[in-house]
Amino acid sequence: MMKRLIHSSLKRYLVVLILSFTSLQGYAATEAVPVAEDPELEKRLVNLAENLRCLVCQNESLAASRADFANDMRREIREQMRMNKSDDEIVEFLVARYGDFILFNPPLKSTTWLLWFGPFALFLGGGAALIFYLRRRRIQINEKDLPLTESQRLRAESLIKEMNKDQSI
Amino acid sequence: MMRFLLPLAAFVVLVIFLGVGLTLNPRQVPSPLVDKPAPPFRLQQLYDTTKTLSSEENLGKVWMLNVWASWCVACRDEHPVLVELSKLGIVPIYGLNYKDQRDTAMQWLKQFGNPYEISIVDADGKVGINYGVYGVPETYVIDKQGIIRYKHIGPVTVESLKNKILPLIKELKS
Repeated sequence: MMKRLIHSSLKRYLVVLILSFTSLQGYAATEAVPVAEDPELEKRLVNLAENLRCLVCQNESLAASRADFANDMRREIREQMRMNKSDDEIVEFLVARYGDFILFNPPLKSTTWLLWFGPFALFLGGGAALIFYLRRRRIQINEKDLPLTESQRLRAESLIKEMNKDQSI
Repeated sequence: MMRFLLPLAAFVVLVIFLGVGLTLNPRQVPSPLVDKPAPPFRLQQLYDTTKTLSSEENLGKVWMLNVWASWCVACRDEHPVLVELSKLGIVPIYGLNYKDQRDTAMQWLKQFGNPYEISIVDADGKVGINYGVYGVPETYVIDKQGIIRYKHIGPVTVESLKNKILPLIKELKS
């Protein structure tokens, strides 16, 4: 009886404990979400910043990075958006100061030709080499594929006979 | 013979590409501002907060703009070099105190020495963005016409001074 009572009160404690945790978590979660003043602008910012490189942590975008630099850049972009600048104008502003490297999508110009067309050139070159190689091989095989001369045929026959004899023993 | 020569040639080309790639430092992003006019600024001075300094005031002389902060660890490495350079009196060094606190910045200069003609305060990093600053310390060499001639990313070393910066300053001054 006593045991049962302790058991049930323990159970109640546990339930209360778990409930309090879940409610605490829920509370913390609502608090941690940043409240954007202007969700529309924030959406536009993320869209733009996803295609811009954080120069400090170079494989992260300005949208994803938590570096101080990315923070400053986001603030700058936000301010310029509030001043009704277009996305292109903002990108132009950043490229003028930080160079093309800030773009994840490099522009097509003479210095980036190798980057843009290099893989295709490599592919075409590789394909041409493969075709060349296969053609040459086919010719070589055809050349080798000549019928046997009389002496070669006799020698082959005798070899086959000999082999069959060996196997029968 | 061709059978071995061609793959070998391809391999050598690949090794050269990769070898060059290894010697490049991805942290050193070339600045598009080199050979362009230095972005203008007018900022409050660190010591005398009633005074400002504008970039126009430095027209007509060759000068260095060094971006520094008391929280920047690499700045401590380069600081003795700058202090020595300032003693030579070859080129005036101006400090851009980047996103720093005024009292800690002054304390820092007191502790390590002050190589700067004038330090100016860029508290929110706005001028830093205009200059394309992304990793402190950074140093700019600006000529008499107010054009950025060189940008050094990372700590200034004795070698970089000897090999690049001082010869350039000599050329710009003449």
